[in-house]
Amino acid sequence: MAKLDAKIPPGSVQEKWEKHKFDMKLVNPANKRKFDIIVVGTGLAGASAASSLAELGYNVKSFCIQDSPRRAHSIAAQGGINAAKNYPNDGDSIYRLFYDTVKGGDFRAREANVYRLAEISTHIIDHCVALGVPFAREYGGLLSNRSFGGAQVSRTFYARGQTGQQLLLGAYSSMMRQVALGKVQSYDRREMLDLVMVDGFARGITCRNLVTGEIESHAGHAVVLATGGYGNVFYLSTNAKNSNVTASWRCHKKGASFANPCFTQIHPTCIPVSGDYQSKLTLMSESLRNDGRVWVPKAKGDKRHPSEIPDAERDYYLERVYPSFGNLAPRDVSSRQAKFRVDEGHGVGETGIAVYLDFRDAIKRLGQAAISEKYGNLFEMYEKITGENPYRQPMRIYPAVHYTMGGLWVDYNLMSTIPGLHVLGEANFSDHGANRLGASALMQGLADGYFVIPNTMGHFLASNSLKPVTTEHDAFKASRDEVKKRLDQFLHMKGKRTVDDFHRALGHIMWQKVGMSRNAKGLKEAISEIQKLRSEFWQDVRVPGEMNYKNEELEKAGRVSDFLELGELMALDALTREESCGGHFRDEFQTPDNEAKRDDTNFCHVAAWDYKTQGSQISWALEKEALEFENVHLATRSYK
Amino acid sequence: MSGSSKEKLNLKLKVWRQKGPNDKGEFMEYDAKDISTDMSFLEMLDVMNNDLIRNGKDPVEFDHDCREGICGACSLVVNGSPHGPEVATTTCQLHMRKFKDGETIYVEPFRAKAFPVVRDLVVDRSSFDRIQQAGGFISVNTGNAQDANAIAVAKDNADAAFEAAACIGCGACVAACKNASASLFVAAKITHLGLLPQGQPERDKRALAMIAQMDAEGFGGCTNTGACSATCPKEISLETIAKMNRDYLVATVRDRPKSETLGAGI
Repeated sequence: MAKLDAKIPPGSVQEKWEKHKFDMKLVNPANKRKFDIIVVGTGLAGASAASSLAELGYNVKSFCIQDSPRRAHSIAAQGGINAAKNYPNDGDSIYRLFYDTVKGGDFRAREANVYRLAEISTHIIDHCVALGVPFAREYGGLLSNRSFGGAQVSRTFYARGQTGQQLLLGAYSSMMRQVALGKVQSYDRREMLDLVMVDGFARGITCRNLVTGEIESHAGHAVVLATGGYGNVFYLSTNAKNSNVTASWRCHKKGASFANPCFTQIHPTCIPVSGDYQSKLTLMSESLRNDGRVWVPKAKGDKRHPSEIPDAERDYYLERVYPSFGNLAPRDVSSRQAKFRVDEGHGVGETGIAVYLDFRDAIKRLGQAAISEKYGNLFEMYEKITGENPYRQPMRIYPAVHYTMGGLWVDYNLMSTIPGLHVLGEANFSDHGANRLGASALMQGLADGYFVIPNTMGHFLASNSLKPVTTEHDAFKASRDEVKKRLDQFLHMKGKRTVDDFHRALGHIMWQKVGMSRNAKGLKEAISEIQKLRSEFWQDVRVPGEMNYKNEELEKAGRVSDFLELGELMALDALTREESCGGHFRDEFQTPDNEAKRDDTNFCHVAAWDYKTQGSQISWALEKEALEFENVHLATRSYK
Repeated sequence: MSGSSKEKLNLKLKVWRQKGPNDKGEFMEYDAKDISTDMSFLEMLDVMNNDLIRNGKDPVEFDHDCREGICGACSLVVNGSPHGPEVATTTCQLHMRKFKDGETIYVEPFRAKAFPVVRDLVVDRSSFDRIQQAGGFISVNTGNAQDANAIAVAKDNADAAFEAAACIGCGACVAACKNASASLFVAAKITHLGLLPQGQPERDKRALAMIAQMDAEGFGGCTNTGACSATCPKEISLETIAKMNRDYLVATVRDRPKSETLGAGI
């Protein structure tokens, strides 16, 4: 049974991190080379952790499923990265970023972690500029900022609509430098399929070489998991096709608690679904809402071309409902409003499941060139996918699954309930509460990797005397056998339905019943439907080919088998949390004007779940970490 | 999730199948039926693969991930062109509305000595990572940086650096080049870092080391045909190669006293 001790340092929120850095034990520089650290994942969190730990002198082994570490899904983040630099002189501060993030998360994040994140944010920008990240600049040569949803200051740094790409290539370049220096060993096309534990500590991983099919063991003194979020449980999401929960889930099955799994972010501005063959959804950066206005026709079922609908017959509903934040209302709020309009019959486009995001007024005000300078690549991408020109007619957008705030539970040091297993970035649960603000994911990934783990890892290593362990240890052999057995099971099933068939079916249940709004009846149905689908999967899935070569269907089968368990836990968590908060909206708990109604008396906690099995039956046990708000007082979130 | 009412295509696909780097490989013919014009090219391959699996056959392996044109994983040669016929577009952003009913489409992997085939349409591009390791970075450890606004960078330079940094490392430039040269890829990185003040201290070393590694990997030389830039999904400019050549020349001259020329005895 895991024990949830968040290990939040004492003192005022402003002093905690500084004091903690002093109180933590250190590993002497000459001793660092005696420690081997396994880092799984090479996105912003993983690549920055691998390079920073290597710079300190640790030996790092880095793993990714892609053919190159540079392709991790952080690459696709568009809009920007927040930092409390206050360069625009508009009243920003570390405290304000902290405040906005706690409030934006609807009071379901840990204050101490969020404050540290805001504090570190400014150093991230400094470091990235030093690495050569080509951020947008003004004519004077200094850095440019823009605003993002949920904030009334401009604190977002950006590189056109490709900020994630540029930040990741910066972290990747640092990591490549450490590879050349011999401090990082990079293993690409490797998928972690199990965590290996020795004497209760995470001491290694079992992975599959995706090219040769070989099952490999790697041992170390600690494991860092930076494997991203689990949005692909919905089948359709803005995540890359190969993003998955498997590494996290296999750790969960080994004893790592999974926290707040139901906290899913549905991003308001994505290109709508166009057909059943659809393989993924594409985000249109939230930054577009700086200049785009969101509307639907006032008349239900109005099929006129948007240009034929005069202003008086348009409902700019975000500006109407939230006059002070307008089109920059936070993501959860904006997504729900879009759903309400569509559910009421005001949706647009062929399917009627979309709203407009219109640049007509901004183009009139600023000129097409200015809009193209800011959003050119996004407009091109929209046109490629839809065949429509957004300079001439409004974009059609609809919410889609984008980010998961939940993840493996970690303490203040980013260590999970398994000693030695550290979890960074989207894979952990810690900083965004029930809703993440725009441009905060990149901030968190890099904060964890560049600035938190290099400090807390030393403390862990210096506080525990870890015996040497090699991959000859029985625990590694047992893990390899277990992994092989599971892969063989997939290949021998020879059923009738493809992995995609099952994944799509799961996604349908999740989107309909565990999606943008949830209720007890639907969630109970979802649980039994997912259980049924899971048992069908284990009887009827068809995985072609063999183990010993590149076999994507075999990779996918493993991932979907884990999604089929995670989906049930998400529904269970959503059912248990009898309140609405942030991205978790329960139909039964809303205010008269359809806003989320929190229950701070009963649910001001992190829900952390432990995995249990009895025979083939899976169940979960709930543990709670109470959240205390000493600085930002619990209040109803209002953006009106 | 109602389907589009637009027309459907029936296509013949001639797809390269190869079991491994040492296998000879051959084209195999497949049908793709009832393809919506709103599908992406990779979604069309998904449909084909699911049919193959249902019929007890091995699906075609291909690399893909973000499917929004930024990760650089997808790497197909479609009807002879890397990433297909559309300009400034990755394969994942190529849509079926660009094809005609009844058409035969040839699908091949990126071909280059330095990109050995892994299986079917999947190639090994780890040579690009090794070129990055040779010098595609600024040597700064975490924690050393001064304030981000301490050094002003002229907007024009920052913009031009960004344009070059937009390279997604897909390797289409190599596949398009008759010499299988990686010049555009290398030049993009050298240009990006060379335009920024932070990149100056290692500018010479970077050009020499990255180019030496490119040659060591077995990429061919550049003969300035410009096929790379014309094919590049991110439209990296051919000018970057001129900049790279300039940096290389300057570095070679400046580096001369320290290099083997000195040993040869001046």
